[in-house]
Order: sequence, then C-alpha cells, then structure tokens
Amino acid sequence: MKLTVWTYEGPPHVGAMRVATGMTGLHYVLHAPQGDTYADLLFTMIERRDHRPPVTYTTFQARDLGSDTANLFKKSLEDAYARYQPEALIVGASCTAELIQDDPGGMSETMGLPVPVIPLELPSYQRKENFGADETFFQIVRTLAKPIERTAQITCNLIGPTALGFRHRDDITEMTALLSDMGISVNVVAPMTSSPSDIARMGAAHFNVLMYPETAESAARWMERELGQPFTKTVPIGVGATRDFVQEVAEITGLAPYLDESRLRLPWYSRSVDSTYLTGKRVFIFGDGSHVAAAARVARDEMGFEVVGLGCYNREMARPIRSLAKEYGVEALITDDYLEVERSIEALQPEMILGTQMERHIGKRLGIPCAVISAPVHVQDFPARYSPQMGIEGANVLFDTWVHPLVMGLEEHLLHMFRDDFEFHDAAGPSHHGGHAPKAANEAAPAPVAPTPAAAAAKTAGDGNVIWLDDAERELKKIPFFVRGKARRNTETFASERGVSEISVDTLYEAKAHYAR
Amino acid sequence: MNDLPRLPTSGGCRDEPILKQRGQREVFCGLTGIIWLHRKMQDAFFLVIGSRTCAHLLQSAAGVMIFAEPRFGTAILEETDLAGLADAQTELDKVVDQLLARRTDIRQLFLVGSCPSEVIKLDLSRAAERMTEKYAPSVRVLNFSGSGIETTFTQGEDACLASMVPVLPETNERQLLLVGALPDVVEEQAVSLLTQMGIGPVRVLPAPRADSDLSVGTETVFALTQPFLGDTHAELERRGARHIAAPFPFGEEGTTAWLRMIADEFGVDDATFERVTAAPRARARKAIAQASVSLRGKSVFFFPDSQLEIPLARFLTRECGMQAIEVGAPFIHKGIIGPDLDMLAQGPVLSEGQDVDLQLDRCRAARPDLTVCGLGLANPLEAEGLSTKWAIELVFTPVHFYEQAGDLAGLFSRPLRRDDLLQLGVRA
Repeated sequence: MKLTVWTYEGPPHVGAMRVATGMTGLHYVLHAPQGDTYADLLFTMIERRDHRPPVTYTTFQARDLGSDTANLFKKSLEDAYARYQPEALIVGASCTAELIQDDPGGMSETMGLPVPVIPLELPSYQRKENFGADETFFQIVRTLAKPIERTAQITCNLIGPTALGFRHRDDITEMTALLSDMGISVNVVAPMTSSPSDIARMGAAHFNVLMYPETAESAARWMERELGQPFTKTVPIGVGATRDFVQEVAEITGLAPYLDESRLRLPWYSRSVDSTYLTGKRVFIFGDGSHVAAAARVARDEMGFEVVGLGCYNREMARPIRSLAKEYGVEALITDDYLEVERSIEALQPEMILGTQMERHIGKRLGIPCAVISAPVHVQDFPARYSPQMGIEGANVLFDTWVHPLVMGLEEHLLHMFRDDFEFHDAAGPSHHGGHAPKAANEAAPAPVAPTPAAAAAKTAGDGNVIWLDDAERELKKIPFFVRGKARRNTETFASERGVSEISVDTLYEAKAHYAR
Repeated sequence: MNDLPRLPTSGGCRDEPILKQRGQREVFCGLTGIIWLHRKMQDAFFLVIGSRTCAHLLQSAAGVMIFAEPRFGTAILEETDLAGLADAQTELDKVVDQLLARRTDIRQLFLVGSCPSEVIKLDLSRAAERMTEKYAPSVRVLNFSGSGIETTFTQGEDACLASMVPVLPETNERQLLLVGALPDVVEEQAVSLLTQMGIGPVRVLPAPRADSDLSVGTETVFALTQPFLGDTHAELERRGARHIAAPFPFGEEGTTAWLRMIADEFGVDDATFERVTAAPRARARKAIAQASVSLRGKSVFFFPDSQLEIPLARFLTRECGMQAIEVGAPFIHKGIIGPDLDMLAQGPVLSEGQDVDLQLDRCRAARPDLTVCGLGLANPLEAEGLSTKWAIELVFTPVHFYEQAGDLAGLFSRPLRRDDLLQLGVRA
C-alpha cells in the first residue's frame, strides 16, 4: 500500500480511454463498476470535448458479484456493437473487474462479432496511464496495420497524440506544416484523428514521426520491425530540437533539410536586453520524461536559466532522465510521489518551476512561479487559441508562457528603484498577479510582525537555532515582500552553516553577497 | 397562519409506477462525498483504501487540486496487498501511522472502503477497531464504504454519517438533531429560524469537530436536510430517535412545510411561526418570482445524480412553473421522499437507476428546454443543442431554505438566460 495525496497518472484503462477517445470508429467496452464512469468528465469537462468518450461501461454492482458479471459483460458488448456499429472494438477491465477475473478478452473471442475485437491486458495494480495508452495503441496497430505498398511521394505518420494530451491538437498542426515545408505529407495521424481503417493504411508511410514517446514508442518499434518504417527520436520542442529534428528527417528521407524560420522569435526575444533579468534564473523541471528533457535544453541553452533540479514521474523514462540530469550536474528526481516532489522543490528554492498542474499547485503554496510544460493538466491548459509546444511557433509559445510568470523579476528591479514609492508596498502586490502572490509569499515564510519596543530584541527563527537581531529584522523588512521569504531562508541557511547563532545586518549582507550571482 | 401549502391527500406521485432499467450508469460513486465532507468536518481525514482509479477519481472530482493540503488521501492497493489479507492489514497500519504522524491535527480518521477493497473483502471495521484502541483518545477511527458497487455519489455522505451514529453518546435530553452536511451559512440560517421559534437545543450531524456535544437517545427527534440519508435515518431510529417526516427545505414552500412539521412537533403556535417566517417567506417568494421568469412554461428532464431530483422537480414545477418530463433518481427511498412525492403532480416519468443510452434516447426525443445531468453528459448534450444544468452544482452550492430559494431558481435559469444572451449563430 502506498499513501497518495495527488497522483500524476491515472490508472491504465484511462490511458486506453485517451487512445479510444482520440479515434473515430472505435469503441471501448470496459468491464467496470458504476463509479468508473467519472473518467468521462476528464474528456467532456476538462478537455471540453463535445462528444462522450466512445466507452461502454458494464456497471456491475455488489449484487452481481459471483453471479452474472460475465453475462453482463457479454450483453454490454453486444449492445455496444449494435448501437455504435464500430469498425473495431477494444475490450478490457478496470481495477475492480480485474479482481473478479471474468476475462473480457476470452469472452469476446467466443462471441463472433463481425469486426476485430482487440483484448487489452492492462495490469491496474502495477502500471499506470501512460503505459495504458502506449500498450493500447500498440495492440491496435499490431492488430490492424499490415504491410502495404508505400506511397509514391515521401510520406510519414505522426504518432502519439491522444485525447487529453498536453497541446497535442496544436502540435499536430505545427508538425504537419513543418513537414510539408520539406515536401513530406502526412499519411496518418494516430491515434488522435484516426479510425481503424486509417490504422490499416499506416504501412504506406515511409517513416514515423514519434511525437510523444510516452504514448507511442511500442507501436513505433513494432512498425520499424514489421513494416520497415524508421522513426524519429528527436522531440522537436525548442529551437535547437526543432533544427535537429529537421536534420534527422533529412537523414531518414534523403531530402534536403529545410526549416522556415521567418516566424521564429524566441532567439531575438531571448537576446533582447530586457531579457537580461532572466539570466541564471534557477529553475526546477518536472513532468513526463519527454517534455522534461526538451524543457531542460530550452531552459539552459535558449533562455539562459540555470537548471537546479529535474525529474519525471514516469519510471519508463527513468534511465534517459537520469543520464540527462548528469549532463546538467544535478540529481534526477524519479518519483510519482507528489509529496517528495514538493519536499525537493522546497529544499532547492528555485525561482521558477517548469512542471505539471501539480507543480503549479506546489508553486502556489510555496510562492514560486510555475509554468506548465507537461500533463497532467487542467481545463485552463486546453486554450481556445492556437498554442503548440513543437516547432517554430511552439518555441515562441514557450518563451511567452515561461517568461510570463517571471515578469515579476523585472518588477523586482523596479521595486528596488522605487522602494519608497507609495504604490510599492507590501499590501499592493505585483500588478498582474491578482493579489495571490503576496499571500503565497507570506505562507512560504510568515512575515514577521513589526517588533514592538516591549518585545525581546531578537526573534527566533523557525528551527529555533538562529535568532534575528532587531536591526537585521528591520533591514529584512525593507526587502520587497516577494523575495523576503527567500532572503530570510538564505540568510538563516548561511548563518547556520557557519555556526552563527545571531543574525545581524552584517550577516544579512554577507549572505546576500554569498548568494549573489 | 392559514396559507400553508396543503398537501394533497390523493394524487401526487407516491404511488405512480417507477421505470427501472438496468444498464450503464453515468454517476459518481460514493467516494466523491469526501470532497465536501472533508471541508465540513474540519478535524477529519478520509483515507480511501482503494486503487489508483480511486485516487484519480478524487483528484478529478475535486476539480484537480483546488485545495493545497486536502484532508483526504488514498492508500493505493498494490500487487503485494492482493496476495494475502494479513499483509493488507499490516500495510494499512503502516500507512495510518505515517499519515497521523504527518497530520497531528487529525481527530477523526475515516477508513473508506472502495470497490477493490470490498471485492477482496478487506475487513476495515476490524482495522478501525484496532486503530481506535491504538490511537484513543486523541483520534477516533471509523469506517464506511463509498464504493461504486455499493453506493452512488451522495450515498457516500449517507454511509459516512451512518457510521458516526452508533458511537454517539447516549442522552435523555429532549433535542432536535438536524442531519445532513450543509454549507455553514445555510446551516446557521436553519438553526436561527428554529431558535427564534423557541425550538432547542438544536444540534447538527455532522458537527465540524469531533469534540462536539453531539449525542442521541429516545428523546431525540431528527429532521433530515438532505433526501439521500436513508442509512443514517435507519441508524438513528435504531438508537431510539424519531424522524420528523417532511418535504425537503427547497424553495419557499418546501422550507415552510419542513419548518412547520418541526414546529408542530415542538408545539410552536401559529403566531410565533408566522412572526419568524413571514419576512423570509416574502423575500423568498419575491426572489423566486424574479429568478424564475425564464423558467415558466419550460420543460425539464432530470438524469439521476444526487437523489435531490424529486424535491427539486417539486420545487421547479410548483414554484417556478416548469413542466417535468422525466425525473430520474439513482435511488428512491419512499419513506424519506414520500412527502415530496405527494406534492409532485402526476405526469412526469419517474425513473430509478439508469440505462444511460436508453435514457439519452428518451431525452433526445423529448427535446426538453433544460436537462439536469452530470458532468460526463453536459457538454455532449450542449453540443446536440440541448441546454443543460450541471447537477453537481446543486450539491455544492448553498440552495436550502428561504434565503437561497431565489439562488436555487437562478441556478436553473442561468443556462436558459445564457442561451438568450449569446449571439453566435445557429446551434448544432
């Protein structure tokens, strides 16, 4: 048993739902108790889809156990086929149904339905959502894709995008245009946008673009082996990665590399003088392995940040992320334990987090700005506007979305300059943060109340070992409220590391000098 | 006091046939009750013993992380736990130790059963007893099931409250117990109205903290504020308490009838009742009249969700001038919902349980002006051109009693007003 407060990934059958919901003409019959239908709202409410996911749940109840849950499954499968007339079906069990061992795959085989029925073995008590998506897509491809004649013109399949994916919809558009610029058209995009008959003609493409290794790597490897289609290894997120991707495609196809950079703004925005305040910003990166790896490169090489920590929640990516972390001189954090991630961020005190919806939440609690780079995400991460992560436009989007929470850094300079101005005081808060940031900063380190003459001349720090002398406390108050928490912690760390038990104004400035970059 | 709604002696829907179809249901399981219960009971922690699915459900149902440090969590069962039960009990002890060490502010711990823990027959009552012994007196440990094979949505609250009744201290005091988790503001209004009539002491289950003065006995009478509390009702009667059957306090009429039944029980005279209720009744009527303008003459179709459907249909048809086409409820407990059924005019299809595909067919054929449904169906139905109201808001929003009656009507009229406001071209 493992205590969990929040989780990064759902169960594997939710991964299968992400594949099924992205597709058309496919239906998923899921042996599951009634509460499992909650998963529908992920798609209809969080992703704002206008259709129900193509999933029929058997909805068994306690009174069915030990009697006719198997018949319930068969009847649900029959009804679902009759009602939806899909080109193909996938069948499986959720965690509870797995325990009652009805074997949906075996039962469906005996029913003689006139369309392919693909059984899914998704061990709920061992694996998670990304595995479920990867395995489901792999089984669909393995069953339906056959070797067929290649297209005369050079084509590729875009593989990996699913329902509920982070900006998958817009990445597809961006990648299609980028490949088209090189004279390559897209044969099939799968699983999202495809039907079972589209899957059957995937073999016509010359190669595969593996957009999201998390959800399609097994299928990519199978198609490489069985259909002779090589696949790209670079995830084209960021300027450098996009250029590398174009090079890789050129090598696979023998075409000349071509990338239209006329709309690319990240490099100039990053060089422009007002971006100097971004220099060396300490960032912590956490999410799915692929997005983390891409983000680390953009953060260091294209934004001038310092990567102080990185990690991923999907163990499948543990090895590449560990070796990447070595390159960046940090220890990788491979965990799906939200509390462990929080502890790590708290200890590292980065100036920004690049993470998931969960880290946005941690950041809110700790008063650290956060930009989202990876699933799991929230309704606000399915924007109406075009907002890809991949390719040229994706790089522009990254610059904007990462810099936005840091604009406070620019305000920081101004606050120093206008420290005594009537508009810049503790209660005013940064103009664009809707009043949340001061509260968060206070939570991170409770602001001391003004020392009263009657009070002792010193305050005890949180750990009880270091005390703040009165004048140091007053000096600390002059530091803008949203960096005060950090200054307090840095000073205390500095003092306790040197065995200093009282913090004076001098200690404060020695610490500032020590941490200055 | 002569304008009390007269309950029809014949007619009403109490004896109407109920449509029962068996198929896929589109409802939450009882675990989701934790989302509001953990806000209501401020020193309680809810530990679900379940699967990754349970954890994912709670996270999704909680709107993906609206709370920094929620007082609920999941002990996720893993392969090794499924091997043998002795192991699972030891593992559970470990998790609870870890949890209580981290959260020293916790005074009540609920071990919440889920589908997988029910199927493997993990004995949580034994675990609760063992832990109560271990952590007493600082922490009380109880257990209940919120599993989807046993409960739907609001039944989770019922199971939770029912688990608290047997351990309440005994009392011989004559008292009124209000049963059901309400938003604080609403609860205070109810207690204030009753107190003004001289009724008391009034106590509320669930109390915000474990160290409350809640007790129960043969001199206790209780009124339900929510229609889904069947098991709690049974447990209270088992303790000798007596139920005051009444329509539920939705809208002006329901609130008045509910208060009147309690007032009668405590011998409140008409003049006092009138003095206390006249002003808020007038306010409620006025507010409903304003908020229900766009509801008059419109039709409404209820998918089953919270068991609030029948009292709400009664409110919408009698006070807001709507016409009900179908009123679906996950479960109909006539002993509790009877007074509301008596007041609901015959006509709508009453359905219990669900085959969602067949019910969707009926809904599409009827093309109601407003469809009340869960989160999985709302956007798809909107895409088909039907206006919808998310049922879940009716559970999370303050809607009970006089001061909220206008808001309640407003919840239903907002989707229709929005339709009128938007100039986006022809709908699908």
